Amino acid sequence: MKIIVCVKQVPDTKGGVKFNPDGTLDRAAMLTIMNPDDKAGLEAALKLKDEYGAEVTVLTMGLPKADDVLREALAMGADKGILVTDRVLGGADTWATSTTIAGAIRNLEYDLIITGRQAIDGDTAQVGPQIAEHLGLPVISYAQDIKVEGNSVVVQRQYEDGYHVLKAQMPCLITALSELNEPRYMTPGGIFDALEQEVTVWGRANLVDVDDSNLGLKGSPTKIAKASDKVRKGAGEKVVLDTDEAVAYLMGKFKEKHII
Amino acid sequence: MDFSLDKKHEMARNLFRDFAENEVKPLAQEVDETEAFPQGTVDKMAKYGFMGIPVPKEYGGQGCDPLTYVMCVEELSKVCGTTGVIVSAHTSLCIDPILTYGTEEQKQKYVVPLAKGEKLGAFGLTEPGAGTDAQGCQTKAVLDGDEWVINGSKCFITNGKVADVYIVIAVTSVTEDKRGRKKKNFSAFIVEKGAPGFSFGTKEKKMGIRGSSTYELIFEDCRIPKENLLGPEGKGFPIAMHTLDGGRIGIAAQALGIAEGALERAIAYTKERKQFGRTIAQQQNTQFKLADMATRVEAAKLLVYQAAIAKGTQKVYSIEAAKAKLFAAETAMAVTTEVVQLFGGYGYIREYDVERMMRDAKITEIYEGTSEVQRMVIAGALLK
Repeated sequence: MKIIVCVKQVPDTKGGVKFNPDGTLDRAAMLTIMNPDDKAGLEAALKLKDEYGAEVTVLTMGLPKADDVLREALAMGADKGILVTDRVLGGADTWATSTTIAGAIRNLEYDLIITGRQAIDGDTAQVGPQIAEHLGLPVISYAQDIKVEGNSVVVQRQYEDGYHVLKAQMPCLITALSELNEPRYMTPGGIFDALEQEVTVWGRANLVDVDDSNLGLKGSPTKIAKASDKVRKGAGEKVVLDTDEAVAYLMGKFKEKHII
Repeated sequence: MDFSLDKKHEMARNLFRDFAENEVKPLAQEVDETEAFPQGTVDKMAKYGFMGIPVPKEYGGQGCDPLTYVMCVEELSKVCGTTGVIVSAHTSLCIDPILTYGTEEQKQKYVVPLAKGEKLGAFGLTEPGAGTDAQGCQTKAVLDGDEWVINGSKCFITNGKVADVYIVIAVTSVTEDKRGRKKKNFSAFIVEKGAPGFSFGTKEKKMGIRGSSTYELIFEDCRIPKENLLGPEGKGFPIAMHTLDGGRIGIAAQALGIAEGALERAIAYTKERKQFGRTIAQQQNTQFKLADMATRVEAAKLLVYQAAIAKGTQKVYSIEAAKAKLFAAETAMAVTTEVVQLFGGYGYIREYDVERMMRDAKITEIYEGTSEVQRMVIAGALLK
């Protein structure tokens, strides 16, 4: 089985988010990590490798320093790393990003593509399903459990109040939740090997079946008006009432806010 | 001269730090309180290769260098001195001598499972009547046919009882020098748990590193195969001394970690604790103490890393190891004592980690050669 895992290097929001004066993220001033949902996707791929045997290729699109997340993935047990980087690909929104990644993946053989559900810097959850759309693959999003049965995957898709069990024939694409698993640590020897290993670097010229008009900032239909850190919610209102009074109080509030 | 860490060592440090924070720190207080050996943590460390970091891959290890191993012990010890010494004794005192002096068969049989963490290692030199003066050792080994028969006991053995493989130093002959003075000749042996006649005494109750399993080893007509002699017969003393040179670098790393851990907590605490309307970190007395401690810790780190690099590149590194252990251990004791003082009453109660760190620090001035022994080694080289 051949598995491609798409990962993204994102700012470590634990240390707080910093912005440039123009409202864009000041990435240079922030520490970076592998996006948590992507890391869960990688762990899922490595578990499938442990259980069924697989070749795991990790692919990222980003600045040259995104090489760091590939090395981390290799030190965790991935087999190959591919970095897609090119100045003309900069400033990409989800459409241009998914176009780029799909263009890179067209060079590769695969049975399964795993992406994270969403990245903690953009929180769109669009790139994974868009890649599937570009490649004409079935997609199962919000995976909380993945199993392989013959030529198919059986996936638990998380919902707020439960989960659906979906089966899809491979090749297909799955988007993973960070709740899917507890990603393994790197090993010291894995780190030493990962830094010796060759990582494939691709640019625009290596992308297959993509049009320049769909790449980079120019190919991005999304225009960001303003970006901000998470807005803290107020403390809310606390009331202590008995059951009947509480129901009446809530109904009143719902009506007041035109919820019902 | 470049003091910056390269990328692989930076990544390894981050790995050890994450592991220590997530897996070791939450248990440190309980391990100390209950004196329970943290087997679950050891199993996890085995899974991620921490039990064989400087061991070549062909012997089941990670193929990294001594510096990487030292950083592992340092990061573990920042949060839990017990966990640090478990890895140090296993790697430096048991794996290292087999790797250095063992036959190919011994390496395959013992180093491979030890480096994979499937087995745990220990080392027995100290006896009730022989500490710094190793010539006082009474434990004897006699060859009887195809077996060595060992009689005697060893005390204060780290990883005692929980370890599967023990390096044991015993007297195998007594010779006379030209002046007619008797001299004991030692040999080193590999003894497996379960060998007939090999048992454990009582568990030691210690001041610090309380989760570390410290036992007496008892040999009563203990029989081990002839091929379990490690290195040449009669060379046990130099083997033990060379092993301790490596062990001292591990303990120096443990001491360094304890000092760094205490300093980190002091920085955080003094920025929060308010007295006389401002944080105690705003008081110049605190600032000067923090500055002195940070400077001393940095100096200890340079000595410890220098010794680790020397172990990877030089045949003999006794002096570097002695200086690193002496300075790091005394730094750990001084820094933890000062940090408890900065914490005041809170530093003295068990809810805060720093009193544990102060208790853990003390042993680093004692085991694997006291600070006095390190001074003897250093002075001996100066006056040679």
